[in-house]
Amino acid sequence: MHVPDGFFTAAVSISAGAVAAAGVAVCLRGARRELDDRTAPMAGLVAAFVFAVQMLNFPVAAGTSGHLLGGALAAILVGPYTGVLAIAVVLVVQALFFADGGLTALGVNIVLMGLVTVLVGWAVFRLVTRVAPGRGGVTAASFAAALLSVPASALVFTLLFWLGGTAPIEIGTVAAAMTGVHVLIGIGEGLITALTVGAVLAVRPDLVHGARGLARPLVLRDADGTGTVVQGAPEPTGTGARTGARTGARTGARTGAARPFVLAALGLTLLLAGVVSFFASPDPDGLESVAEEQGFLGQATDHLFGGWPLGDYGEVGGIPVGVAGVIGVALTLLVAAAVAYAARGRDRTKV
Amino acid sequence: MSAGGPLYVPGGSPVHRLPPQCKLLAVLAFAIVVVATPREWFWAFGLYAGLLAAVAAVARIRPGHILRRMVIEVPFVLFAFLVPVVGTGERTVLLGLSLSVPGLWAAWNILAKATLGVTASILLASTTEPRDMLVGAQRLRVPDLLVQIAMFMLRYLDVIMDEMRRMRVARESRGFRARDVRHIPVIARSAGALFIRSYERGERVHLAMLSRGYAGRMPMTHAGPATAGQWGTALALPLAALAVFLSGLLPGSVL
Repeated sequence: MHVPDGFFTAAVSISAGAVAAAGVAVCLRGARRELDDRTAPMAGLVAAFVFAVQMLNFPVAAGTSGHLLGGALAAILVGPYTGVLAIAVVLVVQALFFADGGLTALGVNIVLMGLVTVLVGWAVFRLVTRVAPGRGGVTAASFAAALLSVPASALVFTLLFWLGGTAPIEIGTVAAAMTGVHVLIGIGEGLITALTVGAVLAVRPDLVHGARGLARPLVLRDADGTGTVVQGAPEPTGTGARTGARTGARTGARTGAARPFVLAALGLTLLLAGVVSFFASPDPDGLESVAEEQGFLGQATDHLFGGWPLGDYGEVGGIPVGVAGVIGVALTLLVAAAVAYAARGRDRTKV
Repeated sequence: MSAGGPLYVPGGSPVHRLPPQCKLLAVLAFAIVVVATPREWFWAFGLYAGLLAAVAAVARIRPGHILRRMVIEVPFVLFAFLVPVVGTGERTVLLGLSLSVPGLWAAWNILAKATLGVTASILLASTTEPRDMLVGAQRLRVPDLLVQIAMFMLRYLDVIMDEMRRMRVARESRGFRARDVRHIPVIARSAGALFIRSYERGERVHLAMLSRGYAGRMPMTHAGPATAGQWGTALALPLAALAVFLSGLLPGSVL
């Protein structure tokens, strides 16, 4: 589902382009941490893999077939940063060399198919693997991550379409229809993703980024049989990777305590903002604060989105409230992330 | 793809010879002008199409080549046809169908702008070699790392696709055909194998490059910056489109 030109207003296209550029910039930094100096060749080959796997048709039901979006799969196999980069590059190449997806809609496409699927997929994956560790947990988490990433992407599409789409459609019906169809597609995506991750786990478990914590700790036995467990096997540093250490050596669980927490918090916030506010009790306090939030949102983004329709929908209730919450959370996070990354000292050592 | 992109048509026309960065920026600017044009200006869209036709004529790209490639648009054309049926607002009866008037406008909007955008992209991809396009992107200050990733992807895409094709031939020569959901595990195992092969190839490629002195940057072999004249030639397209757009804004214009 590559969005062509003309689907969204110029304002939304350009703002989505800015969001996509910020996201890709963040991932360029993060991918260097995931892949050391191997970023360019590895991410390039992973992008080629994603492109190829998107052509792999699988049967859904009698007669029909679907193909993978691949966001969750890429995130689980190579990590979220490299995953976003790979998918963004696939989309750029498709737009430039295959005329697939409009140039002005490139930002929208990267946001929908790269950022949203990878972020949602990775957040769900981390949550489930925390609850259910082990190999079965990874497979189950892959299924859930891919299953949810597809309708999430569809919902964000609906949201963008409502903000700056060019067609007059009931947002509620579209959201319901899109979610329904994409949950079905998501089941296929989830099955394939889980089985693919399982297949890689069976052969080269060290290659699955999402299963790094699963590797058995290194036990050194000396001559008289006493074993010492090496805590946190050292990461191959730049020189180590240069001399050709296989990724098999990267068994250490590198993820600090902060990242899963941040992702869990992010997921929970989005869930609360987007879903729970649907069922918010109708007492005046809640409504008032929501109205305030909407007013603030409308003002804050007037320069970005010319025809911000939140005002019109203030009285409609349920869905726009949740949508507004999600927009608020997303915008805040994006701005905060952009500021945080801009404020950090720039890494001068060019890789 | 090694001999050019899937759309690339070799040639020596003035459009082919323009520096890629000029063409990239020109197409992007053109698309933005098109998207920003109000949908009621039928004449403007006609003029835009005329501009693209002129570019195609100068570049000696046959209309058949463009039309064949426009198939890519089909899913969204279907969506566009659906909008007037499910759209809200004032309704009108056309050919026995009750259609929404704003929906019809929206469908026209999507069809016109998407077609113009796709045509411009096809013209760009048909006159620019993929490698040159990425060099152009680099000149436009797209991050170096991103350009390198794209170059690696382009360079090894054929290899990975061939790998996948060999696996498919192997499956099919053993009588396998994916018919229903029970066959998904086979496809998934192929995808897993493909990932491992791609990843390991990436590692080998990286090591091979290191042994040849790769230090994180590709050597720059492309030509110098574009001249003002080349920029002027390339930007003639978006500037003409902008002129059309601005003439629509003038009071007392055709509207």
